Amino acid sequence: MPAGTVQTVIAAARGLGSRTLRRYRSLYGFRAYLRPFRWQMWVMFVAAFAMVAASTLVPLVIKAAVNGPIARGDRGAMVPVFLAALGLGIAECALIFVRRYIQSIAVLRVETNIRDDLYRHLQRLAVAFHDQWQTGQLLSRATTDLSSIRRFLGFGAIFLVVNGVQYVAVVVLLVATYPPLGLVVAAMTVPVIWLARRFGNEYSLLSRRMQDQQGDLATAAEEAASGIRVTKAFGRGALLHTQFVRQAEVVRGSALEMVALRGRFWALLELIPNVVMALVVLLGGLAVAHHAMSLGALVAFTTLLVLLQWPIIDIGWILSMAQEAATAADRIHEVFATVPAVADPPSPVPLVDPRGHLRFEHVSFAFPGADEPTLRDIDLDLAPGETLAIVGATGSGKTALTALPARLYDVTAGRITLDGVDIRDLALRDLRSRIATAFEDPVLFSMSVRENLVLGRPDATDAEIEAAIDLAQAGFVHRLPWGLDTRIGEQGLSLSGGQRQRLALARAVLARPSVLVLDDPLSALDVHTEAKVEAALARVLRDTTAILVVHRPSTVALADRVALLEDGRITAIGTHSELMQLPAYAEVLSVDALHSDPDDVAAGASR
Amino acid sequence: MTTTSVEQWRGVAAETQDEVAASLSLLLRRRTRRLLADLLAPHKRAVWIYTVAIVVSVVASMAIPALVGIGIDRGIPAARRGDDVPLVVVAALIAGCAVLQAVLYRTFVLGTGRIGQRILLELRQRVFRHFQRLSLAFHERYTSGRMISRLTSDMDTISAMLDAGLDTLVTAVLSIVTVGTVLLVLDWPLGLVSLASFVPLLWLSRWYQRRSTAAYRRTREAIALVIVHFTESLRGIRAVQAFRREPRNNQIFGDLNEDYRRTTTTSFQLLTVYWPGIRFIGNLTTAAILLMGGLRVINGDMKVGVLASFVLYLRRFFEPIADVSQFYDSFQGAAAALEKLAGVLDEEPSVPMPPQTMDRLPDGGWPTDEWQGAVEFRGVTFGYRDAAPVLREFDLEVPAGQTVALLGKTGAGKSTIARLLARFYDPVSGEVLVDGVALRSLAEPELRRAVAMVTQESFLFTGSVAENIAFGRPEASRDEIEAAGRAVGLDAVVRRLPNGWDSAVGKNGAKLSAGQRQLIALARAVLADPAVLILDEASSSLDAPTERLVQRALRTVLAGRTALIIAHRLSTVGIADRVLVVDDGRIVEDGTPAQLLAADDGEYAALHRQWLESLA
Repeated sequence: MPAGTVQTVIAAARGLGSRTLRRYRSLYGFRAYLRPFRWQMWVMFVAAFAMVAASTLVPLVIKAAVNGPIARGDRGAMVPVFLAALGLGIAECALIFVRRYIQSIAVLRVETNIRDDLYRHLQRLAVAFHDQWQTGQLLSRATTDLSSIRRFLGFGAIFLVVNGVQYVAVVVLLVATYPPLGLVVAAMTVPVIWLARRFGNEYSLLSRRMQDQQGDLATAAEEAASGIRVTKAFGRGALLHTQFVRQAEVVRGSALEMVALRGRFWALLELIPNVVMALVVLLGGLAVAHHAMSLGALVAFTTLLVLLQWPIIDIGWILSMAQEAATAADRIHEVFATVPAVADPPSPVPLVDPRGHLRFEHVSFAFPGADEPTLRDIDLDLAPGETLAIVGATGSGKTALTALPARLYDVTAGRITLDGVDIRDLALRDLRSRIATAFEDPVLFSMSVRENLVLGRPDATDAEIEAAIDLAQAGFVHRLPWGLDTRIGEQGLSLSGGQRQRLALARAVLARPSVLVLDDPLSALDVHTEAKVEAALARVLRDTTAILVVHRPSTVALADRVALLEDGRITAIGTHSELMQLPAYAEVLSVDALHSDPDDVAAGASR
Repeated sequence: MTTTSVEQWRGVAAETQDEVAASLSLLLRRRTRRLLADLLAPHKRAVWIYTVAIVVSVVASMAIPALVGIGIDRGIPAARRGDDVPLVVVAALIAGCAVLQAVLYRTFVLGTGRIGQRILLELRQRVFRHFQRLSLAFHERYTSGRMISRLTSDMDTISAMLDAGLDTLVTAVLSIVTVGTVLLVLDWPLGLVSLASFVPLLWLSRWYQRRSTAAYRRTREAIALVIVHFTESLRGIRAVQAFRREPRNNQIFGDLNEDYRRTTTTSFQLLTVYWPGIRFIGNLTTAAILLMGGLRVINGDMKVGVLASFVLYLRRFFEPIADVSQFYDSFQGAAAALEKLAGVLDEEPSVPMPPQTMDRLPDGGWPTDEWQGAVEFRGVTFGYRDAAPVLREFDLEVPAGQTVALLGKTGAGKSTIARLLARFYDPVSGEVLVDGVALRSLAEPELRRAVAMVTQESFLFTGSVAENIAFGRPEASRDEIEAAGRAVGLDAVVRRLPNGWDSAVGKNGAKLSAGQRQLIALARAVLADPAVLILDEASSSLDAPTERLVQRALRTVLAGRTALIIAHRLSTVGIADRVLVVDDGRIVEDGTPAQLLAADDGEYAALHRQWLESLA
């Protein structure tokens, strides 16, 4: 081989090495999950090798038996021969069984553990992350991608090694049998590696695109499922169907490209050993004819060469599998690599005897990726037990403000303190057990009413639960088929908006927090219920610090002070009657149409 | 089993069943097979062509060892005599076979890949379309997570089977047939003994089939539950974190995940028994043949060379059988997924929409764009599932163009009336009509031109504000979209967004407040421009000025349109021509707001007084 070629091969091998390593880095990063199953993995490898050995041995033993004792007519040797063949056969089955059995234990556990950790990590990641990442994309990582990794660990990784060893061993044997011809066969390695490398590069790009597109398709399915009511209400099933099919066609396009690539690569892998076989017959035949090689050696040579066929052909699917696993590992790694934006401080300040003194000091907040801050320079000081109402027009930043005390988002400037401690210095668990929030979209989980209620305080007594239900006028729960044990939420009984809101309120109150944050907690209640809830809430708020986002004067009455939020700034703060002097305040709060505009009633009535 | 009990299992009723009665199992299998046949039907010709391709390809690759033998037996002696031609010819033939094999193999991989992807696309389309057709009652029971699981995980399993390599199957079957024939020809008594191994093989396969069907069925359900919990907890992540639900969630997820692992392990281990089991039968047969053949040789009934090739061929007989078992495994997995999908496809919509509107208008014409919007409930009785009826013999007439406010306590039946009018459900008895036409007889496009509803939840799809409004009428122009937005005062909100009407709303509208989302939902309805508009709590999260704006807008929007408004806030009633107070599924008060106010002891008057107090 000329020196230049050698260098090219070395360079290629090195390029292949570093690039391959880069491509498999994420997958390699998951090796920690294999550590507890180290010896199982070893047994799997050993069993795989032993099985290949046993499979190779069986024909040899049979041949030896036929040519030996049977040809000699040795009746007495028949039973040992039978037993030897049977023994090897049983050994082969046992080895398969052991490998598969361990695989079913170890590899599936690895998959399960990664999925568990992925879910845990997702639960820790901040709300801002979840605002950005589609659930479908995360789901496809937790299901489709993880099964790619499982398949690779269970089969691909093992047979990559087994086939590699088999390949090298056979090539060495071939070279030993007849070096000139052996080297011809060994030279086949070069195109195989070159092909594998090209295939790997192209397949890597394709599989990434494909797996991302599958995630998008999962997202489309997820949105269609979640938005089924709206879709029905406007009869837009056909529209969604068209969109879904368009995306499914995109996935199909990528899948077809992958099929084409695989077809080309696999066909070449089938071709190479057969062409080498043709060469061997030609060159070997000539060598035998010219007495450079014995006929027996050529026969042995071709028999051995057949053993090379499968390791080469298998590279095709092993590489596809490995590549898909590497891509899957990349995609999963992206999630794991995201550090929770809101996390516990390294050494949390213990919260002793919380009084509920909440302060916003020059707080500004911008949603991630937004140019404009949503909240600017907010200064608020809530004395323990004080109730502050936040009033503002739609889009003025009220909802963002309610998300800050529980650290669903972190402030971008300034700080929030609870009893004088920056909330970022508190353990999240402590902070969130002290601050309870009822969101404007009440979220109920698929579990019993009771479990939904005690979310914030699992040790609540029945009497306390009852009191919270009373307060929120949520007595309807007793009329549900199984009372408090009725499963509600998506997988259970569906409740109306008003019912869900009352449960969310009861849940927040039941948590008995130091600080209660209620985002428009009574919007879906009828006037009658609202009055009752307000009366009860007033008692709770007497000694709980609270932030209330309100739209109606009646709810403002619950507050000691009111802050007017305009375009992300607090423009006024004071009592309701003080603020009523401000036109901007009166405008936002006043006073529903019917009240302010009596003519309309007449107009409406007389129409 | 009687017909009724089979009927019970129709559709997804069998979803959570894994051990099922024999007759049911038969039904499920028949249904699955029907779906599979239906999916394959358009590709019958192509399947045959590619089968021929792979058969030829396999024959070509089988010819190579024979050619090698010929080369050694004939080519070398000739070459020794100085005639290299036969050797060169044989080598060329081998190379030719190799190329032919590779080309045909590639054709096969590409062709079957194309068919597989077609089938997958077709299946995705069908299932998605059917999910859209199925009524809300179905979806409320089935849960969105399960629907997602059907559309993702189940499809993955089927796709995995398509990738598993049909060529393995074809190659294997071909080898089994040819090698089996060769065995019989070589020595028929021993050949028959080899074929006798099919008895235990089939018995083992039957065992595997039965067990793995149940196991894979369980796996499908287990992964569905994992997905259900996964999506639900991520969708509610704010509440999860605010109430420190993470540990409990992790525990629940851990259990479901563990359950999935266990079911997968079961199906894995079934193959762990089946596959070596098949090999064992093969190895046992080989050993037995060796013994019997050896004795026959020793007795002089058989030549030793024949026995040698017989046992070597025997190996090539059993190995493909083991390959088939591998393929059978991925087939069983896909069959379980297909069974679930067939179940969904078999589910009949409980609110079926005719493909074309059937009824004629009272005047004999066809309903077109000219809906007037007169609403009538005629003797409607309705209850959810098995619960007591919410409405009994309910009658209501709303003349075209009237705006009706529906008041009443939670559970009084207001939302039920709205949902029946939107045809989310059908009455158990009686009829809901618009302009004298029964809703049941309207095709979906017709129905939604007649009636549209703004629901309590203002769900937004990923995309821009404009795209979300356009959902109300996808063919609307940009000007119409913006006009609809302006009509409900959305322009003030949009002005503050970074990209105006094209600003992304974020996942499920996460970047917007509840009030902003409601405005978009209202704009959608304005754009949809139906003859009858239902607003179910559609303005509860709006602040007073915005609500005022919306109401002013509604007055314009609702002019010449029938409207049914459910609201807790009496402010909304201001724009109503008529108020209905509902209690326990009955109308207890009915009149103009002024009339009802005048009746001092009335429910409405009481509510109104209370409301005025709340404003103070």
